[in-house]
Amino acid sequence: MKKRLITAGTVVFWILVWQAAAMLVGKSLLLASPVEVAHRLIELIPENTFLSSVLFSTGKIMLGFFSGTVIGVVFAVLSGKFVFFEKLFSPLITAVKAVPVASFTILALIWISSADLSVLITLLIAVPVVYSNVFEGIRATDPKLKVMADIFHISPFKRFVGVYLSQIMPYFRSAVHLAVGLCWKSGVAAEVIGTPKGSIGEKLYNSKIYLETADLFAWTFVIIILSLITERLLLLLTDIAVKRIEKL
Amino acid sequence: MALRADNITKCFGDNKVIDSFTHEFAENCTTVIMGASGCGKSTLLSMLMGVLAPDSGTVTGNQARTGAVFQEDRLCENLSVQSNLRLVVPGRKRSFDAELEAVGLGGCADKPVRELSGGMKRRTALLRALVYEPDILFLDEPFKGLDSDTKRTVMEYCKKRTAGKTVILVTHDKEEADFFGGEIIELQRPLSY
Repeated sequence: MKKRLITAGTVVFWILVWQAAAMLVGKSLLLASPVEVAHRLIELIPENTFLSSVLFSTGKIMLGFFSGTVIGVVFAVLSGKFVFFEKLFSPLITAVKAVPVASFTILALIWISSADLSVLITLLIAVPVVYSNVFEGIRATDPKLKVMADIFHISPFKRFVGVYLSQIMPYFRSAVHLAVGLCWKSGVAAEVIGTPKGSIGEKLYNSKIYLETADLFAWTFVIIILSLITERLLLLLTDIAVKRIEKL
Repeated sequence: MALRADNITKCFGDNKVIDSFTHEFAENCTTVIMGASGCGKSTLLSMLMGVLAPDSGTVTGNQARTGAVFQEDRLCENLSVQSNLRLVVPGRKRSFDAELEAVGLGGCADKPVRELSGGMKRRTALLRALVYEPDILFLDEPFKGLDSDTKRTVMEYCKKRTAGKTVILVTHDKEEADFFGGEIIELQRPLSY
C-alpha cells in the first residue's frame, strides 16, 4: 500500500512538473500540457479510427513478437544442442543486434508492404533478445542434472519439463520482459517510417505533419499503456506457466 | 547379481586416485566406504554407479535399479520439493507429506528448492533417492550439513527405509559408519586398499 502511494505520488509530482513546464513555455505547439493531452485523449477514444488503429498496431506488433519468440527459442535450442548452430547463428544475431532499426525498416520497405513492416521489424527485435536469454538459460543448466536424470530413469516428459524447462523459464521470462517494450518502440518507429494506413504510427506521423503536439502526446500515452498491458499480460501468462512447471 | 568391482583403477592426469580396487559388495546390506577427504571415495562410488568409467578393470552388477545421493544435491532448483520427488516416481499426483514430515521437511512440499537451506536441500536429495525405492542405493555423504539432532532423525529414517537393501554409503564420519553397521571399507591415501 505504502509502495503504491509512493509510486502514485511520484507520478503526480512529474505531471505537475510537466504542467509547470508547459505553462512556462506557453505554446502548446512546443509542449502540450497534461490537461490538453488528457482532453485530446478523451476526444480520440470515441473516434472510429481509434480502436481500429489500436487493434491494427497491436496485432502486427504482437504477431512479430510471437514469431520472433518462436524463432529465438528454436535457434537457442539448436545452439544449445549443437555447437555448429551456435557458431552459425552467432554472427547473424550480432548483426541483427547492431543494425539500426531505421536501416532495417528502409530495407524492409523494398521487400514487403508497409502494412506488414512492423511485423518484420518487431520479429527482428525479438529474435536476438529471446535467443540470447534462452541460450544463456540452456547453458546455465547443470550438466550433472542429466546424470541424475539418467540414474533415476526420469521419463522424457518429466526430464524435459522438470530438468530443462524449469531451468530455462526464468531466462525466458526476462526475455519477455525485455522484448515486449522493445517491440513496441521499434514497431511504432517502423510504422512512422512506413506509415501503413490505419496504424498508430500513421497517427503519430500525421500529428507531426499537422503540428498537433497534443495528438502526439496522446498517442504516445496510448502506446505506453498498450506496451504496459501487453507486457503485464504476457508476464502473467509466463508466471502461470512457471508456477505450473514448479509444481510439475 | 552382486555388485562387484574387479581390479579397477582411475587416474586424473598423473594422479592415481583408485589403484587396482577389487571388492564384491554384499547384497541386501550396507557397506560403508570410509576414508579421509580426497582419498577417492566419491570417485570409487561414481565408478560403482556407472557414471564414471574406470581406466582399467570392470564393475559388474550395477545394472539393477539404482538410486543415488550425489556429492552435490543435484536438485532442480526451480521445482518445488514435492516436484523433485515426483520426478523419480511414476505419475504426477503422488503426495509425499508423510515422508517429508519424517525428515523434518513438513510444510515444505510446495516450496521451490532454491528457497531451502543447505541442510533442507540435502534431506530432499536423500528423500528423492529413498522414494525411488532402488535395488541398490549409493549414498555419498548424505548427511553432510545437518545438525546433530536432525542428522540422528534422518539417519534413523534412512536406516528404516533401506533395511534389507543393498546400500553403499560413503562417509568420513565414524558415527555414521557405526550407526549403519555392515562391512566397512577403509580407503587409504596413498592409494592402497
